[in-house]
Parts: sequence; structure tokens; C-alpha cells
Amino acid sequence: MHLAAADLSALIALCRAEIDRHGEHLGALDSAIGDGDHGANMRRGLEAVFAERDAIAALPLPAALERIGLVLVMNIGGAAGPLYGTLLMELGRALPDGDEADDLAAPLERAIAAVARRGRSGPGDKTLLDVLYPVQAELVRRSPPGDIAACARSAAHSTGPMQARRGRASFLGARSIGHEDPGASSCALLTAAICGYFEEHRPS
Amino acid sequence: MNARADQPSAPSPANVGIVIVSHSPLVAKGAADMVRQMVGDCVPLAWTGGNVEGGLGTHVAGIAAAIEAAWSEAGVAIFVDLGGAETNSEMAVERLGPARAARVAICNAPLVEGAVVAAAEASGGSSLAKVVATAEELSP
Ligand SMILES: [Mg+2]
Repeated sequence: MHLAAADLSALIALCRAEIDRHGEHLGALDSAIGDGDHGANMRRGLEAVFAERDAIAALPLPAALERIGLVLVMNIGGAAGPLYGTLLMELGRALPDGDEADDLAAPLERAIAAVARRGRSGPGDKTLLDVLYPVQAELVRRSPPGDIAACARSAAHSTGPMQARRGRASFLGARSIGHEDPGASSCALLTAAICGYFEEHRPS
Repeated sequence: MNARADQPSAPSPANVGIVIVSHSPLVAKGAADMVRQMVGDCVPLAWTGGNVEGGLGTHVAGIAAAIEAAWSEAGVAIFVDLGGAETNSEMAVERLGPARAARVAICNAPLVEGAVVAAAEASGGSSLAKVVATAEELSP
């Protein structure tokens, strides 16, 4: 697939709007099992990327993704900053040069592995990884965007019954059970927004 | 942003530096005050706390600035409180590049006790490895 500068700029605007719309909800999810700052942190990160979107969109795709990752790291803070930042930076590094990304599944697999190392987490730990792994599996199956979005939403939902093993939520032990993980939730929101864009604008 | 080099006068550049990273600027500064009381100014020391907007949290740029402020050719030992402080510190260390990053250690030790014990060890001119080992002996 080919991703034009206009596509990337539109995707950034879309992600920022989606996080802004759900910021309060993400904060409430984080309040239940953490410190309540996930919505505000994600908003700050996406605002910073949005402010730079023209310069970012002018870059070749791998460099653009790396830049987005760095901006996220520098602005989200919290535990999510290094995780989202690592995801985007490693995805950029794993992509071949140029704006063609025919096979996103393999680069995404590498990027997800880097996130897991960064967070010292794996499947079932009640983190955004619990969304990323199944989304990547859908990409391997070459599922249509609508199916990938649905998978992301249900994966985020499935973190509810999990017990947190990483992050501040892990201090709550069994009391973390019954609350959807805020990182998984924001990851599903972003995934669904991006998939929605590709459903409408099938890239050449 | 809250990042302070806490160096009233030039410390001995031979000694390992100490960086304190807390979600709370008050905690970070308080811990740094305790370190300073213990070892005077013979150890490079810096603290950082709070997110980009000054609220509770940590951020990479603040941590990077603190590492620069406490930089020593002998190395730097970082003390962190909760998870985000650790992962953000890891990002800040990686961004130093491999050569300098190799001279920085994020310690698995309690923030206050670790920093005080490490500073005491560093003030005697111990190596980074020895400073870290002494602080990490405190961990359960
Ligand atoms: Mg939080």
C-alpha cells in the first residue's frame, strides 16, 4: 500500500480527534486501577504530534513513524509514553525505505516485540499488548480493516477480566479484575480510527 | 518541568553522579536534600519530578536534563520510584547513545534509602558497579 503525505496528515488528525473525544473515558478507566492520567497524557501526546503533522507528513514513512514515536515519548510521559513511543519508533525502523508498506505484519511484529521488552510484559498482563498481538494476527491473515477494528475493540474489552501484572494497576492485585485496561482501550480506539480511515480511503 | 542540578559548588568529577527521578517534584527534591545532607557537595547530584506540565508524573526530557546535570565520567546511578519513572529513564538513557549509556545504571533500589546509600558509597570514590551494588543490597 502507498501512504501519501495527505493520508498521514489526515490519520494524525483523526487519531488526535479520537483521543480527544475519549479523553475523559480513558482517564476514568485509569482512575479505577491507576493514577487517572492516561486520558490527559494521551491528549498531550497526540496534540504534540498534531502540531507537527505537516513536517511529519513530509517525511518518508519510516522516518515519519520514528518521529511520531519520539514526539509521543517526549510528550505522553507516564508509562504509556515509552510504550507507544517504542511501538512507533520500532515500526519506523522495521519498515523498508520509501512510502510503500506492502507487508505491515512483519514490521509490526518486530515493533510489538520491542514494546513487550520495554514493558517487560507479555500476553495476558492487561496492557496494550493484549490489543496489539491480536491486531497483528489479523494483519497476518490479511483481514479487512473493519474486522481488524472489531478485533481491537473486543481485545480491549477482554482485558477487563484480566489481573494486572505490570504497572501501578498490579499493586491492586485481584482488585484490578473487572476494569478494562486504559492502555488497551486507547490502543483499540486508535486502531479502530486508523482502520476506519482505510475502509473509507482504500489506498492504492 | 522540574529538573534541577543540585550543585552548590563544583563536585569532584571523579565521583559517580546520582540522579533522583520521582513522579513528585517534592519527593525528588526532598530525597536530593537528604543526599546532600549526607555527602555535602562531593557527589554530582540532580533530581527531576513531574510531567511536562508540572503535574505528577515523569518525562524523558526532564530525566535527560538531570542526567546531563549530574554527569560524571565515572558514571551516573539513577534512582526511580514507580514504573513510569523506570521506563522513561530507560528511554532517556538509550537516547544518550551506546557509549554514554554504558556508563549509566538504573538502580533496583528504594528511592530515598538507595540514593543516600549510593551517594555515601560514591563520595568515597567507588566505581559505578560498586555504587549500584551497594544500593541494590537494600532491595528485598
Ligand atoms: Mg496513568
